[in-house]
Amino acid sequence: METLIALVTGTMVAVGVYLLLQRDLVRKIIGVVVLSNSIHLLIFAMGRMTRASSPLIPPGQKYPPEGIANPLSQALILTAIVIGFGLLAFSLVLIYRLYQSRGTVDADAIIEATLGDE
Amino acid sequence: MSAHLLIILPLVIPFVAAVATLLFARRPGVQKGINIASMTGILAASGALLMRLQAEGILVTTIGDWPVPFGIVFVVDHLSVIMLIVSAIIGVAVAIYAVPDADSTRVRFGFYPFFNLLMIGINGAFLTGDLFNLYVWFEVMLISSFVLIVLGNTDEQLAGAVKYVVINLVSSLLFLAGVGLVYGMTGTLNMAELSVALADVGQPGLVTVVAMLFLISFGIKAALFPLFFWLPASYHTPPASVSAFFAGLLTKVGVYALFRVFTLLFTQDVGYTHTLLLWGAGLTMVTGVLGAAVQNDFRRVLSFHIISQIGYMIMGLALYTPLAILGGVFYIVHHIIVKANLFLVSGVAKRLRGSYSLKSLDGLYAYHPWLATLFVIPAFSLAGFPPLSGFWAKLILTIAGIEVGAYWIVAVAVAVGLFTMFSMTKIWVKAFLPGGGGDAADAVGPLRLGTRVMYAPIAGLAALTLMISVFAGPVYDLAERSANELHNSSEYVEAVLDHEKSVADSASRPGVDGGAGDVYAR
Repeated sequence: METLIALVTGTMVAVGVYLLLQRDLVRKIIGVVVLSNSIHLLIFAMGRMTRASSPLIPPGQKYPPEGIANPLSQALILTAIVIGFGLLAFSLVLIYRLYQSRGTVDADAIIEATLGDE
Repeated sequence: MSAHLLIILPLVIPFVAAVATLLFARRPGVQKGINIASMTGILAASGALLMRLQAEGILVTTIGDWPVPFGIVFVVDHLSVIMLIVSAIIGVAVAIYAVPDADSTRVRFGFYPFFNLLMIGINGAFLTGDLFNLYVWFEVMLISSFVLIVLGNTDEQLAGAVKYVVINLVSSLLFLAGVGLVYGMTGTLNMAELSVALADVGQPGLVTVVAMLFLISFGIKAALFPLFFWLPASYHTPPASVSAFFAGLLTKVGVYALFRVFTLLFTQDVGYTHTLLLWGAGLTMVTGVLGAAVQNDFRRVLSFHIISQIGYMIMGLALYTPLAILGGVFYIVHHIIVKANLFLVSGVAKRLRGSYSLKSLDGLYAYHPWLATLFVIPAFSLAGFPPLSGFWAKLILTIAGIEVGAYWIVAVAVAVGLFTMFSMTKIWVKAFLPGGGGDAADAVGPLRLGTRVMYAPIAGLAALTLMISVFAGPVYDLAERSANELHNSSEYVEAVLDHEKSVADSASRPGVDGGAGDVYAR
């Protein structure tokens, strides 16, 4: 299972980086989204995957028994998703606002327009 | 006051202030007052923390009373407290400066709440002793800085903000990936425990790879070569008060994170990681200063100089001797004060003459001699003129470099100092000395009250620069103690792991089985 997740993560990183390198700003943001989800998967896999066993610590012990998925990394992902969502919302609004004032989302065109202003 | 409460005060004060400024959203006067009070409060709390630290040694508090390796800890050592104090000083200066500088539109759309939120993020990053928590504070800082950089909605700001936002998102993702991998390898996120646990990981190669993720991520935030292109493209777009705050503090939080991570966590393969840092430092200095030489906009010249100065700080970290780290810390203190001040000066120049372009500024000295005087102090301190603060900072680094025989980096550092002088002289000649500007004469009149207020923080910071120059001893002592703590991290580790609330016990803690190749968190 971990091998499969590793392959999926790798593919998603590749897709994310490819999209990030596009000139179109909307695609760039989609690239950031794909990249961030691939990193969430990475953390998920780091916590190990097990099926149908809960991370409960038996009374009198300090640590859960062997072979239990680490719940903390899943909690980390939750936090990261929330933060990522906030940043994504902001970047989408930013790009929409830029589109309103420039009439394009092409990075090159925006740079040329900016250079022309100076 | 209990130490635990004191440690979280630098977060609580700006948080309360952020809420309070939102409550008074329609009363700009009250907001300004709350903001100044909040920044002064942070400064006072940081000063109290310093005294507590001197008396009791490294301070540790556990948030929510969770025992040490499981909960989040806040740690105050000398580096944290130095950064807290210096950033609070800039906070106070910018808060006063913003009173006339922040226009009513920006204030209405939340300048002051976000200013305080940004301060929370910065202070949190300095205080935390937990790697994932550091990520969270970075994000708090980022989202507030995003808002501040676009606030006002000019076309120029939007175009600058896109570059700033996208590159910082990527940097955060790399950081997050690094945190995830570190957790997977060691099963802990507490930095003190990581410092021990990372040394026990059976695969040193993997640790170095993860260290590179952190280097790239913090390198982007600190504007290290070759990851600095976003900085000169965005820092000159917001109003002077915002860009001064950013220029003084934001990149330095990246530098702080590099200092923390590459002294506490990733010291397994110093020969590789710190050599890479040294190359980065040298190239950062050179490219920054050469980039500045071709610029003709007041703030763009200064932006490129931020980059070249970052190189000096990283040089201190990369040489990795107590004296070199001392030089790096001293340089951070000197640089934050001087650089923020130069941006504040540029804002006044813009207000007086309506432009940041060096060509149209022409002749400031003839009509505003005080501004010229206040420019000279930070400018020549930046260039490293004796006996100003920049000279001492560069001197310490030079001696440290010669001690370990890294002559080429010392040569680069000295040469870059000369070029810095060239840039500062260029600003002086073009913007301040009287040229052929015939229209300059009519620009003189009595200064408006707002402009007079803006002189106050500039004069204050210039006086502080002079104080650090003449009485370099106390700052040197503080930097020396922080360098000793950083170079020998056992004090930090013991302070956290032997805390009264600690249940850390590396012998019984599962998850780290060196050499078995099993790198899963358990």
